[in-house]
Amino acid sequence: MKALLSFLAVIVLILIATLGVDVANLHFLFGIIIPYLAFVLFVGGFVYRVIKWGRSPVPYRIPTTCGQQKSLPWIKQAKIENPTTVLGVIVRMALEIFFFRSLFRNTKTELRVGEDGPKLVHGSAKWLWFGSLVFHWSFLIIIVRHLRFFLEPVPYFVQLIDSIDGMLQIGLPPIYLTDAFFLCAVIYLFLRRLALPQVRYISLAADYFPLFIIMGIAISGILMRYFFRVDIVAVKELALGLVQLHPAIPEGIGVLFYIHLFLISTLFAYFPTSKLMHMGGIFLSPTRNMMSNNRMVRHINPWNHAVEVHSYAEYEDEFRDKMKKAGIPVEKE
Amino acid sequence: MYKGGRIIASLIIFVAFLTLPFFFNLGKANAGPDLPTYASSSDSQCVEPAAYMKANHMQLLLKWRDSDVRDGNSVYINSQGKSFDISLETCVQCHTTQATKNTVGVNNPALNTSDQFCVSCHNYASVKPTCWNCHSGPEGATK
Ligand code: HEC
Ligand code: HEC
Ligand code: HEC
Repeated sequence: MKALLSFLAVIVLILIATLGVDVANLHFLFGIIIPYLAFVLFVGGFVYRVIKWGRSPVPYRIPTTCGQQKSLPWIKQAKIENPTTVLGVIVRMALEIFFFRSLFRNTKTELRVGEDGPKLVHGSAKWLWFGSLVFHWSFLIIIVRHLRFFLEPVPYFVQLIDSIDGMLQIGLPPIYLTDAFFLCAVIYLFLRRLALPQVRYISLAADYFPLFIIMGIAISGILMRYFFRVDIVAVKELALGLVQLHPAIPEGIGVLFYIHLFLISTLFAYFPTSKLMHMGGIFLSPTRNMMSNNRMVRHINPWNHAVEVHSYAEYEDEFRDKMKKAGIPVEKE
Repeated sequence: MYKGGRIIASLIIFVAFLTLPFFFNLGKANAGPDLPTYASSSDSQCVEPAAYMKANHMQLLLKWRDSDVRDGNSVYINSQGKSFDISLETCVQCHTTQATKNTVGVNNPALNTSDQFCVSCHNYASVKPTCWNCHSGPEGATK
């Protein structure tokens, strides 16, 4: 149901773009205004969200670790899993961001039928890790490749990535490896949500919608490159016009391009309000980005409220006379 | 803000990255590829109408190759019924500037010089067809 709703939402978006461009001729709106708006919303929303997170108190040391803590000199410390230095934290974060290390440790737990009744078994589960890794890396490469539309002259590294990605040289224009990887990974991530009952149970529309919109973007892009070609030169003129702040709509770009662009604009505008903000959030995860020096350093809560205390010495000062009269021993005469 | 300096600095780097294309292209003209005039031929139309060629010429070339190499059919009949010899040389014969007209193969318009027809466009779109690794001379594929 939630999946269906999200799917319909993406279909509606596609229809809006199709009708808007093909029937109503709103090229200016879909080619220029909406992309600019989406960019502003994306950057503004992203910065706003990160600053808002940054302002929330971080009173405790809460790194989650899974290695030997620094201890006596002859006990070997897990320097990355349980870092006590800035370098250790950087390495840990880098492994997390580039290789999803904590997802790598994902496990599954199942009830299996044993000889005497059901048995709880744990096992490693690497498919999610693998699927996400393929998904994210392909996505990154695809975005870098798209820089060829936004930069003139095209820098060497973009050309290099482009040629590596197309190295199989199947067909003309050559098939990009990442296109295939990306599509498979998105479909896997989607099917996983449907197929595993537990995951389906916790999946919300906000989980399906990004998947569908990303799938829509990928499919429209693939159709545009291999099947219903659009005039790439005109597309680049449009893109360059946008980034040079002299936007203009070149003649003769197919509607498929505007669908692609509209879906991307929607994704960008939606990004800061959604779970996709894990892109920024990963850097601000206190369980990952803190050194595990809980017991090596005294951490004082920076927001500690001044507490009024009444020490025994003060108490005695106040009641010394009465205490003496009652025969209670006092420390100071 | 806890570690505010670092967060702000990271955000500035992030925004700088995103706005890179804006600064990279600052003050440059958005002129598109600079296509030399190639009306050296008597025909004023390409193999297929120009709008089709612009977007689909690589797929046409692929069709040509399959047709010639796999089906042994070396004549292409276009949508208007005109026939063309299937070869990369056919393209090059029309798409040469006057200056390079007589030196097809040596000064192939598909190759490097920047004022040449195919290359100016391909540089603009950042595509590097590998066809001329083999199809370099006037006699066709050499490898
Ligand atoms: C109007 C600009 C333009 C002109 C002129 C042009 N091309 Fe292209 N060509 C392109 C674009 C754009 C692509 C890449 C399309 C893409 O990346 O989806 C391309 C791709 C190709 C490809 C496929 C290679 C690849 O990596 O995608 C071949 C082959 C090709 N062109 C041959 C030629 C030849 C031969 C000529 C000269 C007779 C020529 N082109 C002239 C714009 C042009
Ligand atoms: C008969 C001569 C002739 C041949 C052969 C020929 N072309 Fe063309 N081509 C032209 C002319 C003339 C134009 C300009 C058409 C126009 O602007 O209306 C053109 C335009 C083009 C364009 C669009 C350029 C632009 O203005 O954006 C491309 C791309 C192109 N040709 C590629 C090719 C390729 C690839 C081949 C080989 C398969 C080829 N041409 C063969 C004459 C030819
Ligand atoms: C590995 C070398 C090689 C590369 C790279 C190559 N070809 Fe070819 N091509 C050949 C050979 C060999 C033939 C067969 C020639 C013959 O039958 O006389 C051929 C034939 C063709 C033909 C049939 C007509 C002709 O010109 O003889 C076309 C069209 C063609 N290739 C297009 C392309 C295009 C487009 C590309 C770039 C995407 C390309 N080729 C890249 C080797 C190559």
